[in-house]
Amino acid sequence: MAPTHRIVRLTVNGDTRTAGVPVHYTLLETLRYAMGLTGSKQGCDKGDCGACTVLLNGEPRLSCITPVWEAEGLDVVTVEGLAGPDGALHPLQDEFDLHGAAQCGFCTPGILCSAAGLLARNPRPTREEIREALSGNLCRCTGYTKIYEAVEAAAARLGSGDAERERGERKEGVS
Amino acid sequence: MLRLPPFQYHRPSQVEEAVELLDRYPGDAMPVAGGTDLIPNMKHRLFTPGHLVALKGISHLHGIRVQGEELTIGACASLTSVAQSREVRTHFPALAEAAGQVAGPQLRNAGTLGGNLCLDTRCTYYNQTEFWRRALGYCLKKDGTVCHVTRVGRKCVAAHSADTPPVLMTLGAQVELVGPSGSRVLPVREFFVADGVWNSRREPDEIVTRVRVPLQPKAFHGSEASGEVSTRVRTGYAKLRQRGAIDFPLLTVAVAVALAPDGTVTWVRGVVTGLGARPRELTGWEEIAVGEPLTPEVVEALAERAGQQCRPLENMIQDPGWRGAMVPVYVRRALGKAVKQGGGGSL
Repeated sequence: MAPTHRIVRLTVNGDTRTAGVPVHYTLLETLRYAMGLTGSKQGCDKGDCGACTVLLNGEPRLSCITPVWEAEGLDVVTVEGLAGPDGALHPLQDEFDLHGAAQCGFCTPGILCSAAGLLARNPRPTREEIREALSGNLCRCTGYTKIYEAVEAAAARLGSGDAERERGERKEGVS
Repeated sequence: MLRLPPFQYHRPSQVEEAVELLDRYPGDAMPVAGGTDLIPNMKHRLFTPGHLVALKGISHLHGIRVQGEELTIGACASLTSVAQSREVRTHFPALAEAAGQVAGPQLRNAGTLGGNLCLDTRCTYYNQTEFWRRALGYCLKKDGTVCHVTRVGRKCVAAHSADTPPVLMTLGAQVELVGPSGSRVLPVREFFVADGVWNSRREPDEIVTRVRVPLQPKAFHGSEASGEVSTRVRTGYAKLRQRGAIDFPLLTVAVAVALAPDGTVTWVRGVVTGLGARPRELTGWEEIAVGEPLTPEVVEALAERAGQQCRPLENMIQDPGWRGAMVPVYVRRALGKAVKQGGGGSL
Protein backbone atom coordinates (compact mmCIF):
# COMPACT_ATOMS: atom_id res chain seq x y z
CA MET A 1 0.00 0.00 0.00
CA ALA A 2 1.49 3.30 -1.08
CA PRO A 3 1.78 5.88 1.68
CA THR A 4 -0.84 8.63 1.71
CA HIS A 5 1.35 11.04 3.69
CA ARG A 6 5.05 11.75 3.85
CA ILE A 7 7.37 14.01 5.81
CA VAL A 8 8.54 16.99 3.81
CA ARG A 9 11.54 19.05 4.83
CA LEU A 10 11.69 22.60 3.53
CA THR A 11 13.84 25.67 4.02
CA VAL A 12 11.28 28.43 4.40
CA ASN A 13 12.34 32.01 5.06
CA GLY A 14 15.66 30.74 6.36
CA ASP A 15 14.18 28.17 8.77
CA THR A 16 14.30 24.44 8.24
CA ARG A 17 10.80 23.12 8.74
CA THR A 18 9.29 19.68 8.51
CA ALA A 19 5.68 18.63 8.19
CA GLY A 20 3.71 15.50 7.47
CA VAL A 21 1.61 16.21 4.38
CA PRO A 22 -0.51 14.25 1.88
CA VAL A 23 1.76 13.06 -0.91
CA HIS A 24 -0.19 15.06 -3.49
CA TYR A 25 0.03 18.39 -1.63
CA THR A 26 1.21 21.48 -3.46
CA LEU A 27 3.80 23.82 -2.02
CA LEU A 28 1.02 26.35 -1.37
CA GLU A 29 -1.11 23.86 0.55
CA THR A 30 1.91 22.88 2.62
CA LEU A 31 2.77 26.49 3.44
CA ARG A 32 -0.79 27.45 4.30
CA TYR A 33 -2.25 24.34 5.89
CA ALA A 34 0.75 22.52 7.34
CA MET A 35 3.04 25.40 8.28
CA GLY A 36 0.59 28.17 9.10
CA LEU A 37 2.08 30.57 6.57
CA THR A 38 -1.11 32.02 5.11
CA GLY A 39 0.50 35.06 3.50
CA SER A 40 0.71 33.33 0.12
CA LYS A 41 -2.81 33.42 -1.26
CA GLN A 42 -4.89 30.72 -2.87
CA GLY A 43 -6.48 32.64 -5.73
CA CYS A 44 -7.31 30.81 -8.94
CA ASP A 45 -5.38 27.80 -7.64
CA LYS A 46 -4.48 26.76 -11.19
CA GLY A 47 -1.53 28.89 -12.13
CA ASP A 48 -3.17 31.92 -13.70
CA CYS A 49 -3.40 34.74 -11.18
CA GLY A 50 -0.03 34.91 -9.39
CA ALA A 51 -1.45 35.39 -5.87
CA CYS A 52 0.47 32.32 -4.66
CA THR A 53 3.86 33.54 -5.98
CA VAL A 54 6.82 32.66 -3.77
CA LEU A 55 10.56 32.72 -4.43
CA LEU A 56 12.32 29.41 -5.06
CA ASN A 57 16.07 30.00 -5.00
CA GLY A 58 15.26 33.62 -5.75
CA GLU A 59 13.03 32.82 -8.76
CA PRO A 60 9.34 33.79 -8.67
CA ARG A 61 7.29 30.61 -8.96
CA LEU A 62 3.64 29.67 -8.54
CA SER A 63 3.31 27.60 -5.38
CA CYS A 64 -0.25 26.46 -6.20
CA ILE A 65 0.94 24.32 -9.11
CA THR A 66 4.27 23.24 -7.61
CA PRO A 67 4.21 19.76 -6.07
CA VAL A 68 5.70 20.27 -2.62
CA TRP A 69 8.47 17.74 -3.32
CA GLU A 70 9.86 20.04 -6.01
CA ALA A 71 10.66 22.61 -3.32
CA GLU A 72 12.77 20.23 -1.23
CA GLY A 73 16.37 21.35 -1.21
CA LEU A 74 15.49 24.81 -2.52
CA ASP A 75 15.40 28.07 -0.62
CA VAL A 76 11.73 29.04 -0.24
CA VAL A 77 10.88 32.67 0.52
CA THR A 78 7.28 33.73 1.12
CA VAL A 79 5.89 37.19 1.80
CA GLU A 80 6.38 36.49 5.51
CA GLY A 81 10.12 36.29 4.87
CA LEU A 82 10.51 39.71 3.27
CA ALA A 83 10.50 41.73 6.50
CA GLY A 84 13.58 41.65 8.72
CA PRO A 85 13.81 39.39 11.78
CA ASP A 86 12.98 42.39 13.98
CA GLY A 87 9.83 43.03 11.99
CA ALA A 88 11.26 45.97 10.02
CA LEU A 89 9.42 46.11 6.73
CA HIS A 90 11.19 45.42 3.45
CA PRO A 91 11.41 48.68 1.48
CA LEU A 92 8.95 47.18 -1.02
CA GLN A 93 6.38 46.61 1.71
CA ASP A 94 6.96 50.07 3.10
CA GLU A 95 6.62 51.76 -0.28
CA PHE A 96 3.49 49.76 -1.13
CA ASP A 97 1.98 51.13 2.05
CA LEU A 98 3.13 54.69 1.43
CA HIS A 99 1.96 54.69 -2.19
CA GLY A 100 -1.40 53.06 -1.52
CA ALA A 101 -0.32 50.27 -3.85
CA ALA A 102 -2.67 47.76 -2.25
CA GLN A 103 -6.42 47.97 -2.17
CA CYS A 104 -8.12 44.70 -1.28
CA GLY A 105 -4.64 43.25 -0.77
CA PHE A 106 -5.25 39.77 -2.08
CA CYS A 107 -2.71 40.05 -4.91
CA THR A 108 -0.19 41.95 -2.79
CA PRO A 109 1.84 39.06 -1.31
CA GLY A 110 2.40 37.58 -4.77
CA ILE A 111 3.28 40.95 -6.27
CA LEU A 112 5.72 41.65 -3.44
CA CYS A 113 7.44 38.33 -4.09
CA SER A 114 7.64 38.92 -7.85
CA ALA A 115 9.00 42.42 -7.20
CA ALA A 116 11.50 41.18 -4.62
CA GLY A 117 12.76 38.62 -7.13
CA LEU A 118 13.13 41.36 -9.73
CA LEU A 119 15.05 43.76 -7.47
CA ALA A 120 17.38 40.98 -6.36
CA ARG A 121 18.50 40.26 -9.92
CA ASN A 122 18.04 43.76 -11.35
CA PRO A 123 18.40 46.49 -8.71
CA ARG A 124 17.65 49.32 -11.14
CA PRO A 125 14.79 48.15 -13.31
CA THR A 126 13.12 50.37 -15.89
CA ARG A 127 9.35 50.83 -15.81
CA GLU A 128 9.10 48.38 -18.70
CA GLU A 129 11.15 45.77 -16.83
CA ILE A 130 8.90 46.19 -13.79
CA ARG A 131 5.81 45.75 -15.96
CA GLU A 132 7.30 42.61 -17.47
CA ALA A 133 8.30 41.19 -14.06
CA LEU A 134 4.79 41.76 -12.67
CA SER A 135 2.95 40.64 -15.80
CA GLY A 136 2.16 37.28 -14.20
CA ASN A 137 0.37 38.87 -11.23
CA LEU A 138 -3.24 39.93 -11.65
CA CYS A 139 -4.55 42.88 -9.64
CA ARG A 140 -8.22 43.71 -10.13
CA CYS A 141 -8.37 46.78 -7.87
CA THR A 142 -5.67 49.38 -8.33
CA GLY A 143 -4.76 49.37 -11.99
CA TYR A 144 -1.03 48.83 -11.40
CA THR A 145 0.21 52.43 -11.60
CA LYS A 146 0.66 52.78 -7.84
CA ILE A 147 2.25 49.34 -7.76
CA TYR A 148 4.85 50.28 -10.39
CA GLU A 149 5.56 53.55 -8.59
CA ALA A 150 6.04 51.72 -5.30
CA VAL A 151 8.50 49.28 -6.87
CA GLU A 152 10.42 52.18 -8.42
CA ALA A 153 10.54 53.95 -5.07
CA ALA A 154 11.74 50.80 -3.32
CA ALA A 155 14.44 50.29 -5.95
CA ALA A 156 15.60 53.87 -5.52
CA ARG A 157 15.69 53.44 -1.76
CA LEU A 158 17.61 50.17 -1.92
CA GLY A 159 19.99 51.71 -4.48
CA SER A 160 20.73 54.69 -2.26
CA GLY A 161 21.53 52.44 0.70
CA ASP A 162 18.66 54.07 2.51
CA ALA A 163 16.64 50.94 3.11
CA GLU A 164 16.58 51.52 6.83
CA ARG A 165 15.07 54.98 6.64
CA GLU A 166 12.55 55.71 9.36
CA ARG A 167 9.18 55.18 7.77
CA GLY A 168 7.50 57.78 9.96
CA GLU A 169 9.74 60.47 8.59
CA ARG A 170 9.17 59.28 5.05
CA LYS A 171 5.41 59.06 5.49
CA GLU A 172 5.29 62.67 6.58
CA GLY A 173 7.08 63.68 3.38
CA VAL A 174 4.59 61.84 1.20
CA SER A 175 1.38 62.95 2.87
CA MET B 1 -9.81 25.64 -4.11
CA LEU B 2 -8.75 22.97 -6.57
CA ARG B 3 -7.35 19.81 -5.00
CA LEU B 4 -5.00 17.49 -6.83
CA PRO B 5 -6.03 13.86 -7.11
CA PRO B 6 -3.74 11.50 -5.16
CA PHE B 7 -0.50 10.35 -6.79
CA GLN B 8 2.94 9.07 -5.88
CA TYR B 9 5.78 11.41 -6.83
CA HIS B 10 9.00 9.95 -8.19
CA ARG B 11 12.17 12.00 -8.65
CA PRO B 12 14.67 9.98 -10.70
CA SER B 13 18.13 11.36 -11.44
CA GLN B 14 18.75 9.42 -14.67
CA VAL B 15 16.81 9.22 -17.94
CA GLU B 16 16.90 5.40 -17.83
CA GLU B 17 15.39 5.42 -14.35
CA ALA B 18 12.59 7.75 -15.51
CA VAL B 19 11.77 5.56 -18.50
CA GLU B 20 11.80 2.46 -16.31
CA LEU B 21 9.32 4.09 -13.91
CA LEU B 22 6.99 5.02 -16.77
CA ASP B 23 7.27 1.48 -18.07
CA ARG B 24 6.61 -0.02 -14.64
CA TYR B 25 3.16 1.61 -14.33
CA PRO B 26 1.70 1.40 -17.86
CA GLY B 27 -1.26 3.73 -18.28
CA ASP B 28 -0.89 4.96 -14.72
CA ALA B 29 2.28 7.08 -14.86
CA MET B 30 3.03 10.39 -16.55
CA PRO B 31 6.24 12.38 -16.88
CA VAL B 32 6.20 15.92 -15.50
CA ALA B 33 8.78 18.65 -15.98
CA GLY B 34 7.66 22.18 -15.04
CA GLY B 35 4.15 20.97 -14.30
CA THR B 36 2.60 24.21 -15.52
CA ASP B 37 0.30 22.34 -17.92
CA LEU B 38 -0.14 18.94 -16.28
CA ILE B 39 -0.75 20.07 -12.69
CA PRO B 40 -3.65 22.44 -13.53
CA ASN B 41 -5.03 19.74 -15.85
CA MET B 42 -4.85 17.24 -13.00
CA LYS B 43 -6.68 19.71 -10.79
CA HIS B 44 -9.41 19.69 -13.43
CA ARG B 45 -9.33 15.86 -13.43
CA LEU B 46 -8.30 15.81 -17.08
CA PHE B 47 -5.52 13.44 -16.04
CA THR B 48 -5.46 11.33 -12.89
CA PRO B 49 -2.20 9.33 -13.03
CA GLY B 50 -1.31 7.31 -9.98
CA HIS B 51 2.35 8.12 -10.49
CA LEU B 52 4.17 11.26 -11.58
CA VAL B 53 7.74 10.92 -12.79
CA ALA B 54 9.50 14.25 -12.27
CA LEU B 55 12.17 15.02 -14.86
CA LYS B 56 13.69 18.26 -13.60
CA GLY B 57 16.19 16.51 -11.34
CA ILE B 58 17.81 14.79 -14.32
CA SER B 59 20.91 16.87 -15.06
CA HIS B 60 21.29 15.32 -18.53
CA LEU B 61 18.06 17.08 -19.60
CA HIS B 62 19.35 20.59 -18.92
CA GLY B 63 21.64 22.92 -20.81
CA ILE B 64 21.64 24.99 -24.00
CA ARG B 65 24.74 24.82 -26.20
CA VAL B 66 26.06 25.02 -29.72
CA GLN B 67 27.47 21.65 -30.73
CA GLY B 68 28.99 21.53 -34.19
CA GLU B 69 26.36 22.63 -36.69
CA GLU B 70 23.51 22.50 -34.20
CA LEU B 71 22.05 24.35 -31.29
CA THR B 72 20.94 21.77 -28.73
CA ILE B 73 18.48 22.57 -25.97
CA GLY B 74 17.81 20.16 -23.11
CA ALA B 75 14.14 19.30 -22.72
CA CYS B 76 14.16 20.58 -19.13
CA ALA B 77 15.71 23.95 -20.00
CA SER B 78 13.26 26.48 -18.59
CA LEU B 79 11.45 28.76 -21.02
CA THR B 80 13.06 31.70 -19.22
CA SER B 81 16.50 30.25 -19.92
CA VAL B 82 15.61 29.70 -23.60
CA ALA B 83 14.30 33.27 -23.88
CA GLN B 84 17.44 34.70 -22.28
CA SER B 85 20.06 32.38 -23.77
CA ARG B 86 22.72 34.25 -25.72
CA GLU B 87 23.03 31.38 -28.20
CA VAL B 88 19.29 31.28 -28.87
CA ARG B 89 19.01 35.06 -29.17
CA THR B 90 21.96 35.22 -31.54
CA HIS B 91 20.93 32.45 -33.89
CA PHE B 92 17.15 32.34 -33.65
CA PRO B 93 15.63 35.51 -32.18
CA ALA B 94 12.11 34.27 -32.95
CA LEU B 95 12.66 31.20 -30.77
CA ALA B 96 13.79 33.41 -27.89
CA GLU B 97 10.79 35.64 -28.48
CA ALA B 98 8.33 32.75 -28.62
CA ALA B 99 9.72 31.24 -25.41
CA GLY B 100 9.64 34.68 -23.78
CA GLN B 101 5.98 35.13 -24.66
CA VAL B 102 4.71 31.92 -23.13
CA ALA B 103 2.30 32.67 -20.27
CA GLY B 104 3.86 34.87 -17.55
CA PRO B 105 7.26 35.09 -15.83
CA GLN B 106 6.53 32.63 -13.01
CA LEU B 107 5.25 30.04 -15.46
CA ARG B 108 8.28 30.49 -17.72
CA ASN B 109 10.57 29.98 -14.72
CA ALA B 110 8.95 26.59 -14.13
CA GLY B 111 7.87 25.58 -17.65
CA THR B 112 10.32 23.88 -19.99
CA LEU B 113 10.95 23.65 -23.72
CA GLY B 114 10.20 19.91 -23.68
CA GLY B 115 6.98 20.59 -21.82
CA ASN B 116 6.02 23.24 -24.35
CA LEU B 117 6.45 20.66 -27.12
CA CYS B 118 4.25 18.22 -25.21
CA LEU B 119 1.62 20.77 -24.17
CA ASP B 120 -1.84 19.26 -24.13
CA THR B 121 -4.29 20.65 -26.68
CA ARG B 122 -6.80 23.18 -25.40
CA CYS B 123 -10.49 23.84 -25.94
CA THR B 124 -13.29 25.87 -24.37
CA TYR B 125 -15.12 22.65 -23.57
CA TYR B 126 -12.08 20.82 -22.17
CA ASN B 127 -10.06 23.17 -19.96
CA GLN B 128 -12.75 23.37 -17.31
CA THR B 129 -13.39 21.87 -13.90
CA GLU B 130 -14.82 18.40 -13.60
CA PHE B 131 -18.06 19.95 -12.31
CA TRP B 132 -18.37 22.17 -15.40
CA ARG B 133 -17.59 19.38 -17.82
CA ARG B 134 -19.99 16.97 -16.15
CA ALA B 135 -22.79 19.53 -16.34
CA LEU B 136 -22.34 19.59 -20.12
CA GLY B 137 -22.13 15.82 -20.46
CA TYR B 138 -18.35 15.89 -21.01
CA CYS B 139 -16.78 16.03 -24.49
CA LEU B 140 -15.08 13.92 -27.13
CA LYS B 141 -11.60 14.64 -25.79
CA LYS B 142 -12.32 13.53 -22.26
CA ASP B 143 -14.98 11.24 -20.79
CA GLY B 144 -17.65 11.97 -23.43
CA THR B 145 -18.72 11.14 -26.97
CA VAL B 146 -19.82 14.48 -28.39
CA CYS B 147 -17.67 17.29 -29.74
CA HIS B 148 -19.35 20.54 -28.73
CA VAL B 149 -17.29 22.47 -31.27
CA THR B 150 -18.22 20.65 -34.47
CA ARG B 151 -21.36 18.94 -33.03
CA VAL B 152 -21.12 16.10 -35.54
CA GLY B 153 -17.39 15.52 -35.79
CA ARG B 154 -15.77 12.25 -34.77
CA LYS B 155 -12.38 13.89 -34.40
CA CYS B 156 -11.28 16.12 -31.54
CA VAL B 157 -10.40 19.63 -32.72
CA ALA B 158 -8.89 21.00 -29.49
CA ALA B 159 -6.19 23.50 -30.42
CA HIS B 160 -2.46 23.05 -30.33
CA SER B 161 -1.60 26.09 -28.20
CA ALA B 162 2.16 26.05 -27.69
CA ASP B 163 4.34 28.96 -28.71
CA THR B 164 7.71 27.39 -29.50
CA PRO B 165 6.86 24.43 -31.79
CA PRO B 166 5.86 26.60 -34.79
CA VAL B 167 9.25 28.33 -34.64
CA LEU B 168 11.07 25.01 -34.25
CA MET B 169 9.18 23.68 -37.28
CA THR B 170 10.19 26.57 -39.51
CA LEU B 171 13.80 25.99 -38.46
CA GLY B 172 13.83 22.28 -39.27
CA ALA B 173 14.47 21.34 -35.63
CA GLN B 174 14.47 17.76 -34.43
CA VAL B 175 13.25 16.27 -31.20
CA GLU B 176 14.95 13.39 -29.38
CA LEU B 177 12.83 10.89 -27.50
CA VAL B 178 13.77 8.05 -25.18
CA GLY B 179 11.46 5.17 -24.34
CA PRO B 180 11.67 1.60 -23.10
CA SER B 181 12.75 0.37 -26.53
CA GLY B 182 15.49 2.95 -26.95
CA SER B 183 15.88 6.41 -28.37
CA ARG B 184 14.68 7.96 -31.61
CA VAL B 185 14.79 11.29 -33.38
CA LEU B 186 11.87 12.97 -35.14
CA PRO B 187 11.66 16.23 -37.06
CA VAL B 188 9.45 18.57 -35.01
CA ARG B 189 7.29 19.02 -38.14
CA GLU B 190 6.46 15.31 -37.97
CA PHE B 191 6.03 15.27 -34.20
CA PHE B 192 2.41 16.43 -34.26
CA VAL B 193 -0.70 14.65 -35.53
CA ALA B 194 -4.17 16.06 -36.26
CA ASP B 195 -5.91 14.47 -33.31
CA GLY B 196 -6.80 16.77 -30.46
CA VAL B 197 -7.07 13.90 -27.96
CA TRP B 198 -3.35 13.10 -28.17
CA ASN B 199 -1.71 15.28 -30.78
CA SER B 200 1.87 14.04 -30.81
CA ARG B 201 3.77 10.94 -31.83
CA ARG B 202 5.28 10.70 -28.36
CA GLU B 203 4.22 7.45 -26.75
CA PRO B 204 2.96 7.79 -23.16
CA ASP B 205 6.04 5.94 -21.87
CA GLU B 206 8.49 8.09 -23.83
CA ILE B 207 10.14 11.29 -22.68
CA VAL B 208 11.50 14.15 -24.76
CA THR B 209 15.18 14.57 -23.95
CA ARG B 210 16.54 17.18 -26.34
CA VAL B 211 15.70 19.56 -29.15
CA ARG B 212 18.27 20.09 -31.90
CA VAL B 213 18.14 23.09 -34.21
CA PRO B 214 20.46 23.20 -37.26
CA LEU B 215 22.39 26.48 -37.43
CA GLN B 216 22.50 26.78 -41.23
CA PRO B 217 19.75 26.55 -43.82
CA LYS B 218 21.83 24.15 -45.90
CA ALA B 219 21.47 21.66 -43.09
CA PHE B 220 17.69 21.88 -43.35
CA HIS B 221 15.50 19.09 -44.53
CA GLY B 222 14.63 19.15 -48.20
CA SER B 223 16.69 20.19 -51.18
CA GLU B 224 15.14 23.59 -51.71
CA ALA B 225 17.39 25.12 -49.07
CA SER B 226 20.12 27.29 -50.41
CA GLY B 227 23.63 26.00 -49.95
CA GLU B 228 25.20 29.45 -49.98
CA VAL B 229 27.34 29.99 -46.93
CA SER B 230 26.54 33.69 -46.86
CA THR B 231 22.84 33.02 -46.52
CA ARG B 232 21.53 33.63 -43.05
CA VAL B 233 18.15 32.53 -41.81
CA ARG B 234 16.02 35.28 -40.37
CA THR B 235 13.17 34.35 -38.11
CA GLY B 236 10.02 36.12 -37.01
CA TYR B 237 7.28 35.36 -34.54
CA ALA B 238 3.95 37.05 -33.84
CA LYS B 239 1.36 36.04 -31.29
CA LEU B 240 -2.27 37.04 -30.87
CA ARG B 241 -3.71 36.82 -27.39
CA GLN B 242 -6.27 38.63 -25.32
CA ARG B 243 -3.88 40.11 -22.76
CA GLY B 244 -0.19 40.89 -23.13
CA ALA B 245 0.75 38.14 -20.67
CA ILE B 246 -0.44 34.90 -19.08
CA ASP B 247 -2.85 33.94 -21.89
CA PHE B 248 -2.43 31.07 -24.28
CA PRO B 249 -2.22 32.11 -27.93
CA LEU B 250 -5.37 32.62 -29.97
CA LEU B 251 -3.12 32.43 -32.99
CA THR B 252 0.61 32.39 -33.58
CA VAL B 253 2.67 32.79 -36.72
CA ALA B 254 6.30 31.75 -37.10
CA VAL B 255 8.28 32.50 -40.24
CA ALA B 256 11.83 31.77 -41.35
CA VAL B 257 13.30 33.27 -44.47
CA ALA B 258 16.72 33.17 -46.10
CA LEU B 259 17.80 36.04 -48.31
CA ALA B 260 20.61 35.99 -50.89
CA PRO B 261 23.15 38.84 -50.75
CA ASP B 262 21.09 40.70 -53.37
CA GLY B 263 18.05 40.58 -51.08
CA THR B 264 16.06 38.00 -52.98
CA VAL B 265 14.39 35.19 -51.11
CA THR B 266 16.11 31.83 -51.47
CA TRP B 267 14.01 29.92 -49.00
CA VAL B 268 10.93 30.66 -46.91
CA ARG B 269 8.74 28.85 -44.43
CA GLY B 270 5.71 29.71 -42.32
CA VAL B 271 3.77 27.87 -39.64
CA VAL B 272 0.51 28.95 -37.99
CA THR B 273 -0.87 27.45 -34.82
CA GLY B 274 -3.52 28.03 -32.17
CA LEU B 275 -6.18 26.90 -34.63
CA GLY B 276 -6.49 23.11 -34.83
CA ALA B 277 -4.94 20.07 -33.19
CA ARG B 278 -1.61 20.45 -34.94
CA PRO B 279 0.42 23.39 -36.21
CA ARG B 280 -0.28 24.16 -39.87
CA GLU B 281 2.61 24.48 -42.28
CA LEU B 282 1.73 27.13 -44.80
CA THR B 283 1.90 26.02 -48.42
CA GLY B 284 2.47 27.85 -51.67
CA TRP B 285 4.91 30.33 -50.18
CA GLU B 286 7.95 29.29 -52.19
CA GLU B 287 6.14 29.85 -55.50
CA ILE B 288 5.27 33.37 -54.41
CA ALA B 289 8.52 34.51 -52.84
CA VAL B 290 11.59 32.55 -54.00
CA GLY B 291 13.68 34.62 -56.39
CA GLU B 292 11.84 37.82 -55.41
CA PRO B 293 12.90 40.53 -53.01
CA LEU B 294 10.62 40.79 -49.97
CA THR B 295 8.71 43.83 -51.20
CA PRO B 296 5.48 44.90 -49.50
CA GLU B 297 3.63 43.33 -52.45
CA VAL B 298 5.32 39.96 -51.91
CA VAL B 299 4.64 40.14 -48.17
CA GLU B 300 1.01 40.93 -48.92
CA ALA B 301 0.74 37.96 -51.28
CA LEU B 302 2.22 35.64 -48.63
CA ALA B 303 -0.16 37.01 -46.00
CA GLU B 304 -3.15 36.53 -48.27
CA ARG B 305 -2.06 32.99 -49.16
CA ALA B 306 -1.80 32.19 -45.44
CA GLY B 307 -5.23 33.64 -44.72
CA GLN B 308 -6.82 31.40 -47.35
CA GLN B 309 -5.47 28.29 -45.65
CA CYS B 310 -6.66 28.97 -42.11
CA ARG B 311 -10.23 28.42 -40.93
CA PRO B 312 -10.43 28.80 -37.14
CA LEU B 313 -13.11 26.82 -35.30
CA GLU B 314 -15.18 27.64 -32.24
CA ASN B 315 -12.74 25.80 -29.99
CA MET B 316 -11.95 29.00 -28.13
CA ILE B 317 -14.31 31.53 -26.66
CA GLN B 318 -13.07 34.26 -28.99
CA ASP B 319 -14.81 34.76 -32.32
CA PRO B 320 -13.34 32.40 -34.94
CA GLY B 321 -14.03 34.88 -37.72
CA TRP B 322 -11.90 37.45 -35.98
CA ARG B 323 -9.10 34.97 -35.37
CA GLY B 324 -9.19 34.05 -39.06
CA ALA B 325 -9.07 37.69 -40.10
CA MET B 326 -6.00 38.15 -37.92
CA VAL B 327 -4.00 35.47 -39.78
CA PRO B 328 -2.75 37.77 -42.59
CA VAL B 329 -2.18 40.57 -40.08
CA TYR B 330 0.09 38.39 -37.95
CA VAL B 331 1.87 36.94 -40.99
CA ARG B 332 2.77 40.50 -42.00
CA ARG B 333 4.01 41.24 -38.48
CA ALA B 334 6.10 38.07 -38.29
CA LEU B 335 7.66 38.73 -41.71
CA GLY B 336 8.30 42.33 -40.71
CA LYS B 337 10.23 41.17 -37.66
CA ALA B 338 12.25 38.68 -39.72
CA VAL B 339 13.21 41.34 -42.26
CA LYS B 340 14.31 43.77 -39.55
CA GLN B 341 16.98 41.33 -38.34
CA GLY B 342 19.86 43.14 -40.06
CA GLY B 343 22.03 41.41 -42.63
CA GLY B 344 21.98 42.02 -46.38
CA GLY B 345 18.25 42.39 -46.85
CA SER B 346 16.88 44.83 -49.38
CA LEU B 347 13.80 45.94 -47.50
